[in-house]
Amino acid sequence: MNNAILMSSGADNIDFMIHGIFSYELFGQTLWITTSHVCILIVMLALLVFAVAANRKMKNATEVPDGFQNVLELIVEKLDGVVMGTMGKVAGPKFVNYISTIFVFILCSNISGLFGLRPPTADYGTTFALGLITFFLIHIAQFRNNSLPQIWKDMCSPLPPWLPIWFPINVISEIAVPISLSLRLFANVLSGTVMMALVYGLLGKIAIIWPAALHIYFDLFSGAIQTYVFCMLTMTYISQNYPSE
Amino acid sequence: MNITGNDLIMACSAIGAGLAVIAGIGPGIGQGIAAGYGAAAVGRNPGAKGDIMSTMLLGQAVAETTGLYGLLIAMLLLFVKPLS
Repeated sequence: MNNAILMSSGADNIDFMIHGIFSYELFGQTLWITTSHVCILIVMLALLVFAVAANRKMKNATEVPDGFQNVLELIVEKLDGVVMGTMGKVAGPKFVNYISTIFVFILCSNISGLFGLRPPTADYGTTFALGLITFFLIHIAQFRNNSLPQIWKDMCSPLPPWLPIWFPINVISEIAVPISLSLRLFANVLSGTVMMALVYGLLGKIAIIWPAALHIYFDLFSGAIQTYVFCMLTMTYISQNYPSE
Repeated sequence: MNITGNDLIMACSAIGAGLAVIAGIGPGIGQGIAAGYGAAAVGRNPGAKGDIMSTMLLGQAVAETTGLYGLLIAMLLLFVKPLS
């Protein structure tokens, strides 16, 4: 903890940092199991329990859906509709599982701030891993669906292919994709976490009921929007590399 | 009162963090323009409200990124203190 500025202003109960729980040595490096790992495990456990319950329910599904089955069918249909509408008929069926998975995971991570956890997506490690997966998916799709001369032509795109002056700039813009994707998600969730920590830390006496409105904005609204944006950008970047229809 | 080098760095980091979040002006203008055109589009074609809404929110979230970079710089200056 090195929040010296806040400490010196008399607010010693502001806490939004990641804490290490225990450390271990691996190849001479000291690595830490942090609160992010614990929170991500809790989110994963919740999702696993939900998935097992959903599987049980759908094994003996009824013709006329009731209660829980209605909810499941609604979720799957909405996600299917969004993915198919954005990626088209060719790429849609291949990626609907992955996009739905990260959608549910990021959404649950973002709104886990409501349940007193520190959101796992407010750790740059989590979001950068998600951004890297997107990066590799984009380029695997690119190399599968385009021939090498076509890729070379695209990478030199505003200038003709025999004049690769623009090539380094295009490489930088390709590398910027996962970084900007992950930083966008990370900074949004982190700003919400920091604001809530400041409200509860500095206004602890009078923060009684009204922070609920802030929770709705910072955790629910912002988290849902950023989940949607992350999945939407992943889908558009991937489906750019697929032939249309 | 003695001001050590570390104090000076902390004070200047605080000023720099304040300057860095001025980056919020740009996304504010951009999101306002996007919302204005979104409202105009809904007025012209109320049937397409859902599509307009999702496109507008996507564009606004992308435009927000530069402001968030400023916020990140401010956070780094205040809490990680790379200069001291």
